[in-house]
Amino acid sequence: MTKKGGCDPKGVSIVLCGAAGQGIQTVESLLALLAYHTGFFVFSTKEYMSRVRGGVNSTEIRIASSPVKAYIDRIDILVALSPESILHTYHRVSKNTMILADTEAIGKIKDDSIVDIPLQKVAKTVGSPVVANTVAVGILSAMLKIPLDTVLSFVHSFFSKKKQTVVDLNISAVTKGYTIGKKLSLPPNIIEKLSSIGNQKKLMLLNGTRAISIGALTGGCSFISSYPMSPSTGVLTTLSQLSHRFDIITEQAEDEIAAINMALGASYAGARSMVTTSGGGFALMIEGVSLAGMLEQPVVIHVAQRPGPATGLPTRTEQADLELVLYAGHGEFPRVIYTPGTVLEGIQLTHKAFNMADAYQIPVFVLTDQYFVDSYYSSEPVDITTLSNEYYVETTTKRYNRYALNKSGISPRGIPGQGTGLVAVDSDEHDETGRITEDVHMRSQMVEKRLKKLKEIKKEAVPPTFIGKKNCSTLVICWGSTIHIVNEAVECLDDDTVGILHCSQVYPLHPDVKKYLSKISLGICVENNATGQFQRLLFRETGIMVEHKILQYNGLPFSVETIYSQLHQLLRGG
Amino acid sequence: MTKSLFDRGKIDIAWCPGCGNYAILEAVKSVLADLAIPQKHIVFVSGIGQAAKLPQYLKVHYFNGLHGRALPPATGIKSVNPKLTVIAESGDGDMYGEGGNHFIHCIRRNPDITNIVHNNMVYGLTKGQASPTSSLGFHTPIQVNGVILEPFNPLAIAVALDASFVARTFTGDPTHMQKILKLAIQHKGYALVDILQPCVSFNKINTLHWFKEHTYYVDSSYNPRNRSSAFSKALEMDHFPLGVIFQNNRPTFEEQLLVYKKNKNSLITRQHDIKKLQELLLEN
Repeated sequence: MTKKGGCDPKGVSIVLCGAAGQGIQTVESLLALLAYHTGFFVFSTKEYMSRVRGGVNSTEIRIASSPVKAYIDRIDILVALSPESILHTYHRVSKNTMILADTEAIGKIKDDSIVDIPLQKVAKTVGSPVVANTVAVGILSAMLKIPLDTVLSFVHSFFSKKKQTVVDLNISAVTKGYTIGKKLSLPPNIIEKLSSIGNQKKLMLLNGTRAISIGALTGGCSFISSYPMSPSTGVLTTLSQLSHRFDIITEQAEDEIAAINMALGASYAGARSMVTTSGGGFALMIEGVSLAGMLEQPVVIHVAQRPGPATGLPTRTEQADLELVLYAGHGEFPRVIYTPGTVLEGIQLTHKAFNMADAYQIPVFVLTDQYFVDSYYSSEPVDITTLSNEYYVETTTKRYNRYALNKSGISPRGIPGQGTGLVAVDSDEHDETGRITEDVHMRSQMVEKRLKKLKEIKKEAVPPTFIGKKNCSTLVICWGSTIHIVNEAVECLDDDTVGILHCSQVYPLHPDVKKYLSKISLGICVENNATGQFQRLLFRETGIMVEHKILQYNGLPFSVETIYSQLHQLLRGG
Repeated sequence: MTKSLFDRGKIDIAWCPGCGNYAILEAVKSVLADLAIPQKHIVFVSGIGQAAKLPQYLKVHYFNGLHGRALPPATGIKSVNPKLTVIAESGDGDMYGEGGNHFIHCIRRNPDITNIVHNNMVYGLTKGQASPTSSLGFHTPIQVNGVILEPFNPLAIAVALDASFVARTFTGDPTHMQKILKLAIQHKGYALVDILQPCVSFNKINTLHWFKEHTYYVDSSYNPRNRSSAFSKALEMDHFPLGVIFQNNRPTFEEQLLVYKKNKNSLITRQHDIKKLQELLLEN
C-alpha cells in the first residue's frame, strides 16, 4: 500500500502518533523548526480529533534537502507514543518503516522490529515526565545527524522565554535523547534520502493560517471580528497576538451574525475589515454577505473549510463549501472567490482580496481548508514589500450621494466624518442618496449598477497556474490546497502528456481556464469533496464538462500516493 | 444649532398618522440641536421595522442594516472612529427579539453608543403580531389565545448585566423624552433608552391613555447609582417607572482597545509598515 506503482516521494517522512495532550504538537514544532533552522526543507501537517485529551492524533513531518510540500502516506520513521498509535498508522507502515516506540507507554508488543525508546523513563530520570517529548526530539535529531551544538542552541532559544529551570530540564532531556539516538542507526534507504543538507540560506516556514494573517495585514486590514470555529480560528488568534505590534482591532463577537455585521460597520466607518469562519459559522453570516452586496460595503471573508454537513468533522479537511460560498446570500450581487494553494498565494491573494473589496465595494472570499491552514510549508523567502495598497475612500462634499449612478457602477465611496457630505447606506432598495425607495425604475437601475461591476472584476481575475508541457493532452485540474499534492503525484507519473491546471481564483474565472480546457482531450478534476463542485462550476462558467474526477471525502487530505495511483489507473488502466 | 438643520424637508414618511414615532423623531432632532454635535459626526444605525426607518427622516449619516442587527455595526463604527456620536435605534421586536443576543453582549462590551428602543409592545410593519414586550394575554392574529410568553424586561436585563446607563421614557411627555435622550447621548458608555409608545394601528390595549395610567416618574430622591435598588425598580411592570433607572462609569469598549492606548486618533488614518511585515515572514 505504501509504494503505489513506483511513486516514492523524496525526503524522510517522520510520523508522530499519540493521544491528544501527549504533546505531539510540541515535538512537531520543535523538530520541524530545528530541521528548518538546520537548512532542511520541511513540510508538516497534522490530523487530529476534536477533543482536548486522549484519542489518537498524528503529525507528519517531511524533511528533505529540496522542497517538499505535500502529504504522503509513506512513513519512514514512526514514533508511537500511545497504545492506539500502531493500529492507527498500520495501513501506512511498510517493512521499510522504522518504528520507535516507548514500550512503557504503548505496552509490550510482540514485534522485534520495534525499537524501544524509553522516553518516559529517561524523562523521569532527568526530572520530569513532561519532557518526554524533548527526549524524543533529541533522539530524532541524532538520527537525522543534526549536530548536537545546533540542537542545544536551538532548544535553548526555543525555551528562552521560560524559567531557567525549564530551560535546564529541556537541555538535559534533549542531550539524553541525543545520546540514545546516536546509537540507533537509520536504515540505508532512509539515509540515502537525506544525502545532503542542501540549503544553508534562511528559509521561510509558514502555515496557511499565518500566510492568510500576514496577507491580511499586508492588505491593510485594521479590523477583524469573528467567532471561534475550527479550523478558522487561527487567523483571529494570530492577528490578535500581532495587535501589540500592528494597528488592528480584533474582537471575538458573540456569534457569527454579530461578527460580520460588526465588520460591515467597521468597513462603513473606513476600516479594512474581515471575518474568519468555517462552514457552520459562515452559514450564520450569509444574511450579512447579502447585506454587504446591497450596501456595496467592502469586506473580506475567510472561510476555512471542514467537512459538513452540520458539525461534521470539526478538525478535519474538505473542499465541500465551494458552492455554499459561490451562492451565499439572497439576491444577486457580484463577488470574488480566491482559493490559494501555496502559502505565497495565501499572502498575495488575501492582500489582493482587500484591494478588490475596496475597489469594487463587494464581499471578497478567501476560501481555504483545514489542511491548508494547519500545514507548515518551508520555501525560499519572498519579498512582499512590493505589495502596495490602493485606497479608494473619497472626501465627501455637500451634495454627496453614496449610490451615485455612473457608467462603471462603482460610486465614489465616502465615510462618515471625512468631508461635508452625509453617507447613507441602506439594506432596503435605495435611491442614489441611500434612501429607501420602491420606485420600479430606480430598482432596475440599482440592480444593474451592482451587477455591471462584474465586467470589470472579470478583467482582474487571477489566471490559472499551468504546469506541464505546452501540448499536453491530459489536464489534472485542481483548486485550493491540493496543488502541491497533485504536483508531486504528476511528477511521479513522469508523463509529458499530463499537465496540471490549478485555479487560485475560482470565481469569476479567468478566460484562460476555458482556453486550456478546450485544448485537451482528457480532463480530470481532483477535489476533496463527494460530488465534484468545481467540475460543476467549470461547466457553468465555460460550458465544458470535465469528464473525470478524483474525489475524496473521508475528512483527510489526499496523499501524493493516492492521487498518483488513481491517475495511474485512469490513464493506464491500473 | 436649530433642529431644522436635521429636517429632510418635504418627504414621504411611512408612519401611520398619530404614530408615536413622530414624537420620537422630533425629540431626537431637538436633542441633537441642543447638544450642538456637528452633523458630520452623527451616525445613526438601525435595523428593520417602522421604528428603524427613523434615520431616513433625519439629515445625518446612517447605516440602515438588517433586522435585529443594529448594535454590531454600531459597535464596529464607534470602535473604528471614536470621534463619531453613534446612535443605534430600532423597535422592540428588532432590538429585544431578533437582536436579543447582540443586546446582551453589547451591554457587556459597553461601547460608547446610545441605544434607543421604540417600545410599543407589538409588531407594526408585519401587522400586529406579539413582540417580546407584549403583555400576557395580548391577542393577535397569531397569538389567538393571547400571549403566553412572559414579557421581556429589557431594563432588568440591562441592570443585571451592569449596563452603564439604563433609562425609560414615554412619547406622551416630549420634555421628559428630550431630557432622558440628552442624558443618554452625553453619557460615556452604552446607554439604553427604552421609549414607551402607542401603536395606533395594531395595539388597542397599550394606548396613550393606558401608558399614562401605567407609568410614573422616579422621584428626585431615587439614586440610580445603587444597582440593587435599580434592579428592584426595573422589575416593576405593573406601573412602569420613567427616568434614569441605573447608571455607572464603567470603562468603554473602545477606550480599552490596544489601538488607542498610545494613539488616540481614529484607526482609519493609520497604515501598517510593510517592512515590519516582511520581517514577520521570517520570524519563527
